Amino acid sequence: MSDHLDLTKLIFGRLSWEAIPFHEPILLFTFIGVALGGIALVAALTYFRVWGYLWREWFTSIDHKKIGIMYMILGIIMLLRGFSDAIMMRAQQALSFGDNMGFLPPHHYDQVFTAHGVIMIFFVAMPFVTGLMNFAVPLQIGARDVAFPFLNNFSFWMTTAGAVLVMASLFVGEFARTGWLAYPPLSGIAYSPDVGVDYYIWSLQIAGVGTLLSGINLIATIVKMRAPGMGMMQMPVFAWTSLCTNVLIVAAFPVLTGVLALLSLDRYVGTNFFSNDFGGNAMMYVNLIWIWGHPEVYILVLPVFGIFSEIVSTFSGKRLFGYASMVYATVVITILSYLVWLHHFFTMGSGASVNSFFGITTMIISIPTGAKIFNWLFTMYRGRIRFEVPMLWTIGFMFTFTIGGMTGVLLAVPPADFVLHNSLFLIAHFHNVIIGGVVFGAFAGINYWFPKATGVKLDPFWGKVSFWFWLIGFWFAFMPLYVLGLMGVTRRMSHFEDPSLQIWFQIAAFGAVLIALGIGAMLIQFFVTWKNREALRDHTGDPWDGRTLEWSTASPPPSYNFAFTPVVHDNDAWYDMKKRGYQRPLAGFIPIHMPKNTGAGIILAGLSTAFGFTMIWHMWLLAGLSFVALIVVAIAHTFNYKRDFHIGADEVVRVEGERTQLLASHV
Amino acid sequence: MSAPHDNHDGHDEHGHGHDDGPHSTFKGYMTGFVLAVILTAIPFWLVMGKVFDKPSTTALVILAFAAVQIVVHMIYFLHMDTKVQGGWSMLALIFTVVLVVITLSGSIWVMYHLNTNMMPMSPHEMKNMP
Amino acid sequence: MSDTTATTMHSPTGKMNPAHAHVNASTSLQSADFYLVKEHHVENGTLLGFWLYLMSDCLIFAVLFAVYAVLGRSYAAGPSGADLFDLKLVAVNTSMLLLSSITYGFAMLEMQRKRVAPTLVWLAVTGLFGAAFLGIELYEFAHLIHEGAVPQRSAFLSSFFTLVGTHGLHVTFGIIWLVTLMVQVGRGGLTPENRRRLMCLSMFWHFLDVVWIGVFTFVYLMGSLA
Repeated sequence: MSDHLDLTKLIFGRLSWEAIPFHEPILLFTFIGVALGGIALVAALTYFRVWGYLWREWFTSIDHKKIGIMYMILGIIMLLRGFSDAIMMRAQQALSFGDNMGFLPPHHYDQVFTAHGVIMIFFVAMPFVTGLMNFAVPLQIGARDVAFPFLNNFSFWMTTAGAVLVMASLFVGEFARTGWLAYPPLSGIAYSPDVGVDYYIWSLQIAGVGTLLSGINLIATIVKMRAPGMGMMQMPVFAWTSLCTNVLIVAAFPVLTGVLALLSLDRYVGTNFFSNDFGGNAMMYVNLIWIWGHPEVYILVLPVFGIFSEIVSTFSGKRLFGYASMVYATVVITILSYLVWLHHFFTMGSGASVNSFFGITTMIISIPTGAKIFNWLFTMYRGRIRFEVPMLWTIGFMFTFTIGGMTGVLLAVPPADFVLHNSLFLIAHFHNVIIGGVVFGAFAGINYWFPKATGVKLDPFWGKVSFWFWLIGFWFAFMPLYVLGLMGVTRRMSHFEDPSLQIWFQIAAFGAVLIALGIGAMLIQFFVTWKNREALRDHTGDPWDGRTLEWSTASPPPSYNFAFTPVVHDNDAWYDMKKRGYQRPLAGFIPIHMPKNTGAGIILAGLSTAFGFTMIWHMWLLAGLSFVALIVVAIAHTFNYKRDFHIGADEVVRVEGERTQLLASHV
Repeated sequence: MSAPHDNHDGHDEHGHGHDDGPHSTFKGYMTGFVLAVILTAIPFWLVMGKVFDKPSTTALVILAFAAVQIVVHMIYFLHMDTKVQGGWSMLALIFTVVLVVITLSGSIWVMYHLNTNMMPMSPHEMKNMP
Repeated sequence: MSDTTATTMHSPTGKMNPAHAHVNASTSLQSADFYLVKEHHVENGTLLGFWLYLMSDCLIFAVLFAVYAVLGRSYAAGPSGADLFDLKLVAVNTSMLLLSSITYGFAMLEMQRKRVAPTLVWLAVTGLFGAAFLGIELYEFAHLIHEGAVPQRSAFLSSFFTLVGTHGLHVTFGIIWLVTLMVQVGRGGLTPENRRRLMCLSMFWHFLDVVWIGVFTFVYLMGSLA
């Protein structure tokens, strides 16, 4: 009898039917909705027989362009989830005053704000910037792919694996209730014995492997694979910001890996790194996690600075002002981002000398960013500005992000921060810079590069609708939070007693509704674009009169990107080529050496998901098996030496010939 | 042109010299090894033999020896110089070392200050902690 | 031959770097100067990529060293380093690792001479030294645990076991990788791909020795001071 019980425990760990939230109506109905939608999707895919196509052409693809697109799709899906969390929070806080307890008890509310933060940072913002860098950088530097195409595919699937685990926590068990950084002792085993923090840890650790490898990949790509003639100071600015971003990734993510590993040791094995007793020190967690955390926000924002540089230059019809100073500013930000981390915990008692040091460094780091804003303005000055959708997002960014940056400098003053730390002022500040910066930048990048990726321009009308709803919605949603923060209202509260605060929360909720309309408009934009694709089609490959090399290719580019590797003679290489009357070669094509697709990435990521899930639920036998399987499959993959092939010259002739015809018939 | 052939092991089996990596020599390895042995033996002797009076002196000296030995390993075993990978290896190493120093010294500095500003405890209270 | 349209042909303000294209740095760039007609052989990025990975690994160890630096004197009224460390054993262990480094070096010399069998022999010797290192370390850990100095006893012991244990885990993975490579070299010979892999493992192996310098200095030697 006891043997039988032990076997169940060995296989299922602490997983039981109680993990399914039958008694929580919101979750139950969400689950039913997702399940029905999922079944419908699977049925449709089966009916149209696209599984083979999806597997061969997308899931196993090592093509950086397809991987980039998949990252963007992941980001958009997770945006919908993360935003549902936001709407729930705004609704709860607008309602829950005095006797009215709202509809989310604290136990649930705490998971919502934790999930909102984790999802938005790790599974929306990171995939967006990674996806855009992946798509654009190899094209911009005249390369055929990234340095390590297989690792690129693997990185994508590891990020997806992390997202899957977070989503699973909604329906099997629960998520962490600790906030997105999961400080101990709250996140330790004593105060969070349930699976929530374990879901948090494993989804981030698995996704973190993907991110780190992606960082290494893009650095090697930019260093090694630039086209001849493209010295470092001839690279597009987006390539520079991508390089610095990936340096930050390689330098910062190991710290996150280490800290989360230490937290998991505390939880699984009973070590005393961050415990209250036996010599532990929870502040060491806070210290280390922010050594990661501050570079992380620059990882998010530097790529979008690069995107804005490209867009401002293109849509002003002018070379970017101050290329060299842009590069230096980016490098300075990269280095300085390691010297500011304590400003996230000024109030924790490190004293005047420490606080002053970090306060000063934080203020200094705003300077190079300010320099960038001026460079963009000077680029626009006397330019012939075209207010296409990417440019609208850019102008919205410049205005919004600048205000957010200023509130950041305000918070950098330790005495001010003592009043404002962990108030809604802080929440308003970081949403100001992340939405104004990263989100607007991602949308700008999507609108800018969508025609390159698909050959179709996104519908401009719905793009503008989306932009205005987002911009106005953002201001309605977050300006009240600045006011509330200055009045002393604390973050992460699910209930309030003071009725005079309610109006501000109601205004903020209204803003969230406007943003929801903005997201709806963006989805409509995608749908309308698909419906009107012939009217919106771009045949030239260069719909914006671009300046960088990606615009020299077809839209979408062929798998090999360039039939012949470009030779670069100046900054804004494509603009230089157009200016000098460059003509596309029509003959003389040669075979092209390309890497093969592979299923190893998705399989290894699937095994990682299994490993994470079984570790969360203490299913030790299956955890051990999946770990061993991971090692075995990884080693087996290294025995595969036949990873490339050649695209024959005749195939290149055919593809290039098609483009020649297309260009000729749509002059 | 060349007939397409499918089973390349990699891009450059034509043997780009600089892709083969730095060239090791027996002399280089032996020099590194002997230096490493010496730079290991001395710190062990200093500690096990209690050669200096003050532990802080010993600590500083052995840390210095460790730093030197790391440099020895970098040069003789890892063939680190400013030419490897067009200088990028050295740049990456310098950047990493700077970050390691910031992480270590920053953490020690911050945590020391945080701990000092914590509520004081009497030795009696500390002894009776679990 | 395409005639260039008569747009302004001012010389570019950016730095000219005509690496492969034979171009006179004045105005008359032809269309053909903007692309290569032969296959462009991109430099392989594996060695740089692996070095970058090692730098990230260095930072993980930096975190563990930082944790040890901060928590390494929190004995919680339990045993300290001075109570526990057997420096003679650590000296033996250190020499195992150092010897394994030099024997890997010999393997690389044989690889340069393109001799498969001697390469495999020296790799095997390296693996044995590595296994000896691990064996001694496991013996040490077992002894500590037997004495009650378990990782859960104090923050000092948590930090110690995690830092030294993580290094040991890396050595373990290194040995697994080494055995895998021995099989691959044995089967396929010293192909360019296998040589690249051996060079990566070489970097990994020496890097672990570098980390060990930090460990024996910072943990064992300094931990044994009064």
